Amino acid sequence: MSEKLLRVIVVVAMILLVELLCRIGVIPRMVMIAPSDMVVELGKILASGQFSADIRITFTNIAISTVLSVLLGFVAGVIIYSLPSLRDAIEPLLASYYAVPTFVFYPIFITLFGVGSASIIAIAVLLAVVSMVTATLNGLDRIPRVLRKTGQIYRMSRVKTALLIELPAATPYLFTGVKLSVAYSFIGVIASEFILSGAGVGYAIAYAYNLFENGHMYALMLLVLIVVTVVNTFLNVIDRRLQARRQR
Amino acid sequence: MTALMPRSAGTFLVLLALLALWQGLHLLVGASSLASPTQTVSKLASLLAAGEFWLNISETMRAFVAAFAISLFGGIALGIVLGVRKLAGNVAEPILTTLYSIPKVVLYPLVLLCFGLGISAKIAFGVMHGLIPITLFSMNAIRQMKPVYRRTSQVMRLSPSQSAFTVIMPAILPEIISGVRLGFSLTLLGVLIGEMFASQRGLGFLLTSAINIGQIDTIMAIALLLTVFAVTCNALMMRFDRRLTHR
Repeated sequence: MSEKLLRVIVVVAMILLVELLCRIGVIPRMVMIAPSDMVVELGKILASGQFSADIRITFTNIAISTVLSVLLGFVAGVIIYSLPSLRDAIEPLLASYYAVPTFVFYPIFITLFGVGSASIIAIAVLLAVVSMVTATLNGLDRIPRVLRKTGQIYRMSRVKTALLIELPAATPYLFTGVKLSVAYSFIGVIASEFILSGAGVGYAIAYAYNLFENGHMYALMLLVLIVVTVVNTFLNVIDRRLQARRQR
Repeated sequence: MTALMPRSAGTFLVLLALLALWQGLHLLVGASSLASPTQTVSKLASLLAAGEFWLNISETMRAFVAAFAISLFGGIALGIVLGVRKLAGNVAEPILTTLYSIPKVVLYPLVLLCFGLGISAKIAFGVMHGLIPITLFSMNAIRQMKPVYRRTSQVMRLSPSQSAFTVIMPAILPEIISGVRLGFSLTLLGVLIGEMFASQRGLGFLLTSAINIGQIDTIMAIALLLTVFAVTCNALMMRFDRRLTHR
């Protein structure tokens, strides 16, 4: 408990330090506005609805790419799992997949799909899907043998075994994949909007940066940070429950 | 049949299939949207023959090497400190994982405003990506280290720096290499995103300027070069890792 308290104190102290440095002018206003001002600015832009369209586009794209990568990754994972020779061939590629800086393919998607949601979702899915494939393979690998044997003893059909035994047993691992897919979708969507696009929160931040509109810029940054932290905390709570269930 | 083949043959077949897919897509959408594998390779060869391209490569590499060196030494040092001091580690870990999971691109304007346009902003941005994973992996490696190692170093009355270099470092090296592999690719990604957004030189800059003038073969040649570079480095580190664990 005291560790939690200490952590809160550390974070609050850091924010207060930044606030103080901004207020006494060590950090000039052109570089960074005070954290309290960021909150005020965020309230203003949310109330005025100036960026609602951008915010809606970004979060819709993140949701679409998360759903797509989870579904595609799960299906691909199941297929790869059921074909051991394919799996042997693909596994070395999966291991080095995340070494590739995926964003260098973003320009290729732009020439293929044009500037817009399609290329953004494509790059986000490309980034996220492999973590789901790996998590699915890992989950299916770790189903205890005894569970499948129990299913055989009960003479369950293949479909029933999959739904009642394999899926629940693999769920904690699958959820790790879901968590990673969410994180990668966030990064993929916001970063591609930021580099080159015509709409979205990432685009709005880049636009505000180019116009030196620090108020808008920091308000939007704060918004992203808050949303990501809340989503992560929520997913971690679910994750912890699932992991606890596994150890029971 | 397939069971008799060595593992690498299957991987090779998958790579061939990917290449065929690439060629097929090229035929489907046309050369102006997607360059063919041969076009890409010949474009890459002609780019590599020109001196100007090497200036951009060296610019990116300078930023990358500096950022990676800072992430590597900073991350391992920080990880060891946080791993040895239990309380500090427990307090810092959730903060670090939260920082790790935020999309750091949104903070890039802040980096640019602090460091100005230029190589130092790119380095700082690369470090932001690479430092935390290396720290987290090193920290967890120390926490999971067998307690007997530390007790032995206490019994032998080693100084903190002696025990760090002769006991702790060798014990946690394999785990650190996993962190370093992740840190390597994230640092590269950070430097490239930095260059793609705001820069006058470097491979990332070449990529965005190629979009603006619609040079698809240049884009694909650079993407190919970076992919080959990243995958080769990763494979080397994995081989080193395997050698260590089979020791």
